[in-house]
Amino acid sequence: MNKTELLPHLFRTEYRKIVSVLYKHFGFEHPEIAEDIASETFLSAAETWGLKGLPENPVAWLYAVARNRAKDYLKRNKIFDQKVTPILQSAQTDYAEFEIDLSDKHINDSQLQLMFAICQPVLPAEAQVSLALRILCGFGIDEIADAFLSNKATINKRLFRAKEKLREEKVKIEFPATSQISKRLQAVLTTLYLLFNEGYYSTSQDTTLRKDLCLEAMRLTYLLIENELTNLPETYALMALMCFHSSRFDARTDEHGEMVRYDDQDTSLWVDELIHKGKHYLELASKGNQVNKYHLEAAIAYWHTVKEDTIDKWESILQLYNRLLQIAYSPVAALNRTYALYKARGKRDAIVEAEKLKLNDNHLYHVLLGHLYKDADNTLAIAHLKTALNLAKTASEKNRIKKDLEQLK
Amino acid sequence: MNEFLLIFRQVEETATESRSPEQMQETMKLWMDWLGGIAAQNKLVSNGNRLYNGTGSVVRPDGIVTNGPYVEIKELIGGYSMIKCDTLEEATEISKGCPILLVGGNVEVRQVVPMNM
Repeated sequence: MNKTELLPHLFRTEYRKIVSVLYKHFGFEHPEIAEDIASETFLSAAETWGLKGLPENPVAWLYAVARNRAKDYLKRNKIFDQKVTPILQSAQTDYAEFEIDLSDKHINDSQLQLMFAICQPVLPAEAQVSLALRILCGFGIDEIADAFLSNKATINKRLFRAKEKLREEKVKIEFPATSQISKRLQAVLTTLYLLFNEGYYSTSQDTTLRKDLCLEAMRLTYLLIENELTNLPETYALMALMCFHSSRFDARTDEHGEMVRYDDQDTSLWVDELIHKGKHYLELASKGNQVNKYHLEAAIAYWHTVKEDTIDKWESILQLYNRLLQIAYSPVAALNRTYALYKARGKRDAIVEAEKLKLNDNHLYHVLLGHLYKDADNTLAIAHLKTALNLAKTASEKNRIKKDLEQLK
Repeated sequence: MNEFLLIFRQVEETATESRSPEQMQETMKLWMDWLGGIAAQNKLVSNGNRLYNGTGSVVRPDGIVTNGPYVEIKELIGGYSMIKCDTLEEATEISKGCPILLVGGNVEVRQVVPMNM
């Protein structure tokens, strides 16, 4: 990697590590400290390395500078007595001995503890995801704004309010008690699931950014898997789900950045290694005695990586959607179930079920009906597709529906 | 939207006759399709429970206990589910798809009266 690429790359990998550890030390009472010190460290790297050239060990250099700045900050502000976590207070008696531990283990532990701290039900869902992207993943405000199809001002406000809330609630950055872990883990898994979906289902045209979001969600889930306290069956299930979905990421968009439907995907672009990993995690997930939403979604995602178009495949997917809907209804699941029913049992049965859904304001509903009525009643099919065209919001989706209409005329 | 309790009843002979694993799987699939269909319409409140097929008990005044309310034919309640929709007519229509009807059973549909606190 050449000089100009190194610092941005290191920013992406090391910023979040430094920030997590600093947050762990300083807590949410002064949220700006952790991020300011981390930012200053990188600023100083940009200036110094530009003038004096790259240090022999860039990562060690960054860590050393971060440590020193943290120590300086403490000395300058005399906040040691009031703000440092009780554990440290009992262990340390002297400013000079106050050390920022940047070992791998401490970095991972800090990240996990931060994850639990951020994924609090008291914060709105987008706030949790935004905060995770900022603190845990080191994303810039611009990138987060892009991911949410929002703007910098909104994101900044959202982050500010979230940190304020965490400070008000006096949220501690620590592992929950063993009896609480399973329950608290649910909130963390939900946030990671949402983060992954931001990348996977986003309508943003920036494919690289969307892929990064998926990768970040997987990286954080992997941290949970590596830790004995948090590698529960549902964690494995979520990981399996993410692996299966990611395996088809490249096939889902064409060279113009437009979405490609499942049936039209170039299966040679599916990544076998990820499918393989997904199966491995799915197996580990089935060791519990409870089946939850992630298990079902992972199993459905697994079947979508099976290339053969058999009745058995779609019947299995149908049965999984039957169970998923009973646990958690969503319009998308309802539509997907109906599609699976069509593939397994034919158009006639599917039309009967589809008409019952009455999701009249949903453009995907009308796209489905358009497909089901094709050849059976083309007038009705065209009517539904026209309604879909009206309701569709993005250019990409409108284009696809227009192509569907072309085929019927 | 109102909630409706669906009570599934079966004649004892059909309820307790033994079935092969394949038959049980087929039956399971029919029930899952039916409940899944209701869930897809966002009308399922609870898929409910099956009730144990053996004898239960009926407690009457004065400490009298019998093992069933049977009048003539011995009918067992096999289970129950809860759905939500606007009218009794709708709930009844939905119940027409219940797999218990295929084995000579029946569905009692009753509207839930919400508790006014």
